[in-house]
This record gives sequence, structure tokens and C-alpha cells, in this order.
Amino acid sequence: MAPRTLRGRVAIVGIGETTYYKHGQAPDAEFKLALMAILNAAKDAGIDPRDIDGFASYSNDRNDPSRIAAALGTRELRFSNMQWGGGGGGGSAAVGSAAAAVAGGLADCVVVFRALAQGQFARFGQGPQAKTISGDMAFQAPYGLMSPGQRYAMKVMRFMHRHGVKQEALRAIALASYHHAQSNPRAVMYGRPLDEAKYDNSRWIVEPFHLYDCCMENDGAAALIVVPAERARDLPHKPVYLLGASGGSDHRAGAPSHNVPNYASATFASVAPHLYAMAGVKPGDVDVVQSYENFTGGVLMSLVEHGFFAPEAANDFLHLENLIAPRGKLPLNTSGGNLAECYMHGLELQLEGVRQVRGQSTAQLPKADVSMVISGPMVTPVSSMILGSEATL
Amino acid sequence: MATGKPYLSPGLPIPVAEPDGLSQPYWEGLRQGRLLVQRCKACQGWQWGPEWICHRCRSFDLDWVEVAGKGRIYSWERVWHPVHPALKDHGPYVVVLVELPAADNVRMIGNLLGDPHQAVSIGASVAVAFEHHADADPPFTLAHWRLA
Ligand SMILES: [Zn+2]
Repeated sequence: MAPRTLRGRVAIVGIGETTYYKHGQAPDAEFKLALMAILNAAKDAGIDPRDIDGFASYSNDRNDPSRIAAALGTRELRFSNMQWGGGGGGGSAAVGSAAAAVAGGLADCVVVFRALAQGQFARFGQGPQAKTISGDMAFQAPYGLMSPGQRYAMKVMRFMHRHGVKQEALRAIALASYHHAQSNPRAVMYGRPLDEAKYDNSRWIVEPFHLYDCCMENDGAAALIVVPAERARDLPHKPVYLLGASGGSDHRAGAPSHNVPNYASATFASVAPHLYAMAGVKPGDVDVVQSYENFTGGVLMSLVEHGFFAPEAANDFLHLENLIAPRGKLPLNTSGGNLAECYMHGLELQLEGVRQVRGQSTAQLPKADVSMVISGPMVTPVSSMILGSEATL
Repeated sequence: MATGKPYLSPGLPIPVAEPDGLSQPYWEGLRQGRLLVQRCKACQGWQWGPEWICHRCRSFDLDWVEVAGKGRIYSWERVWHPVHPALKDHGPYVVVLVELPAADNVRMIGNLLGDPHQAVSIGASVAVAFEHHADADPPFTLAHWRLA
């Protein structure tokens, strides 16, 4: 029996996005944004949009695949998939699901997409407005612990205390995203650089997070197209193969009221080993990383849990010069990421991971054969994926 | 020990038990000034937050047991940016995650009473402080912490 793996079985052949907007500023309906991103990805792939036969998304995306398929006039719908739970932690898992469907013969051409128009719907960073509250939030909201930032600051504070990580380490992560956004015209923060003083003088949102440690909230849509590896060679772009994908969380990550045993964690302790095992690479083989910044502290723990450095080495490793393209030790968030390109719920990171392998990034590495994307730290489930060029197969 | 003036401004969501009643004993306990934690009758294991089953032995036979209101600060944060209208003009406040050695180090969220600008130390000993809202509709009680 063949080994059960996705390694080299599928390729990402098209990527597309809309213009990225500040939240509430998209001129188009969220559903229209989703359609535009999907059509852009199909055009990039050189694929007739009517040939798309599957859809995968995450975080309860509101744009139903059957409606999209009807709107686009696709010939048939064979795969309609939603990663369950974890919000932005589902980005790489959605790609994994699409890949599994294609590799397993459930569909031939699956689009992974995410669309957000928060002006038309509720925003993420607001507390609950109801008069009463029950369930897990009842143990937190009455104490003023309500938003994602407030929820995850508690984990990061513990991690920084335990391992002696300094604020400057978080600052370097924010600076790297802003640095890369300055060469990316798509980025919402293009032309709005960040320096150490601006970071240090910015207000606290919740200690240990300054303003610039927190992601933006944006409107827009992004999409990518997954097809069988064999088919990728006949399409216009250099194929970008999926080497591995992994999702989930370790023991009792969903324990209520901050009782997960491995508390000061980005939730990748069990996920990352599966990823490396499938991809057949080691941390030292990874050329470039896109790591979801809901908050910089989550990136810190994600990089530790993916084996790039030990917690005690965080202060030494997390310096701006190590994190920037083209010559840093580990170029990080080379499009500007959630902090400075666009908070497209992380899917813009998948697109950037593809661009690096193709050689099309606005902060391009000389060689990016192995490209990692890490989705949604500190939630459960989380997920991550590794892309590779033809040379890695 | 009970607190005086509420730590946070009024108008935050009032905690109530779920329609299925899972956490009802906890909230009733707080109103009586008692801190209750779930404990499995079969394996004697503690668990928090409440669930319908013991995660260690899968028994459904769970008890609610009063524990001493003594703990240690496991983590903390100082919130500056309000995300709820009731806190708009409140200023900073401190939230602590407290582990309870008497109940196998289960952790609970609360506020750390005192100066909101105070330095906070992970590992510091704290004691519970009940904040009763008897006139609220519905009435409820919160469990805060103060340095011991
Ligand atoms: Zn038990």
C-alpha cells in the first residue's frame, strides 16, 4: 500500500486577491469580493472558472460554495468543505483539505478562499454586547477579558516570563512585517513604515502587546487553486507543490477557561512534528516562513514550536536583520502579513508562500525552494503547511 | 472576604448558567461566598471549567466541592484598550489567571484588586475576594483575587 501522504501530490497553480481595504472601506459586497478573488486566481492559473469543482474555506466564511458555484456557472460541484473551529487557524488546514480532496479523487480543481467585509458584518475585536453571558465566556467577560488580544496576552505573558523573552523580540516581529510591506504595493501599510521608536512609543493595547503587536482588521478576499500535480506542469506558472499540511492541537487544547495543560503555547507542539514528517524536511531546510500574526507573541511561540530556535534563544534570534528578505537567517512575513499587508484572515500568507517559490514576491529571496506557512497561533485547531518547488520533489 | 466598590464599571455582561445548567452550582456557590470546583466521584480528579464528563476517567458522576480560596498567580495582563462600551472611560485594569493548589492547580480568571498600575509577579500568593452584585438583574457574584 502506498504511504498515506499529500507530499508532491497536488500543486497550487493560481493565486488571486482583491484590492485590500481598511475594515469597513470595501466598496463591494463581501460575496462579490469572494467572486473577484476566485476569478483572479482562475485567471492566474489559466483555468476556466467553470472548471472549478470544489471549494474549501475556514472560520465559518459566510460565502456558501453552492451559491458561488451557481453564480460562477461552474459545471458541477463535487467538494464543499469548511474547516471546523479555530478561526484563522484553519487557513493551512483548508489547503490540506482541498489537497486531500484532489489527491483522493473527490475533486479535480479546488479553490481555497476567504472573504471578509467587516463593515457589512460584526468586527472581530469587540467584546460581547449582550446583557447576560454564559458558557466559557461567562468565566472571563465579567472580568473584562473579552477580545482575542486579551485572551492571548495571558498566554504570551506566561511564555515571556518563563523563558525571559524581552519586549524587543516581539518588536522585531512587528518591524519585519512593516519592513516588507514597504516594498509591497498591495499592502495596506505600504508607505507607512514602522521604526523602533514608533513601536516603543505606541500605546499599550493589553500588556505585553503594543498597538503594533496586534493585527489589523481589513476587508477584501483571497483565493488559491489546487489541482493534481500532473496537471500543474501544463499550466502557465512554475508549479508550487504541497509538501505537507498538518492541523489540530495537542492534549485538551480546548479545555475551558484557560485550563489547557500546555498553556503558554501557540498550539503547534503536536502539529509541527506531523508537518515535518509529511514534508520530509527539517527546520533548517525551510527558506522562508509566513507566520500568522494575530499578535506578535503568537509568532514567537509558533517559530519556537516549529523548531527554528529554542525559547531561551528567542532574544538572540528575533532581531530585524535575521527576519528580513533577501538575506536574513529566516525571512518572515515577506508580504507584510496580517500586521501590514492585510488581515485577510491569514490567507494572504498562503499566497505569499506561493509567490516566494515562484520568484514573484515583492521581497523575493534568491532561492525559496521550501516555503512554510503557519496559520492562526494560540487557537484550536491550528494548522501549518509547507510548499516546495520542483527541485524538492 | 467580600469587596466594597466593584472593581470594574457596571454594564459588563452578567454571567448566568447555560440553558443546560452545567455551571449553575458554581454561580450559586459564589453568591453564597463559596468557591466550588468540579471533582470526579469516581477518580477524585479535579477539573475546571465545568464539563459533563470527567476527562480523566470518563465518568459522568461529578461532584461540586468547595475549595479554599487560596491561589498563585499563573499569568496576568494589564488591559489598556477597552473593547466594551462600559469600560470606555475606565482606565487600565489587571486580569489574573490564578492556579489553585488545593484543586490540582486548576486555573481561574479574575481581577487583581488594588492599584491597577501595580507591578504584578507571576507566582505571587493571592486570596479570593467575592464581589456581590445583589441588586443586579439577575443578581450575581464575581470571584476576584487580592495579594495574600
Ligand atoms: Zn474521573
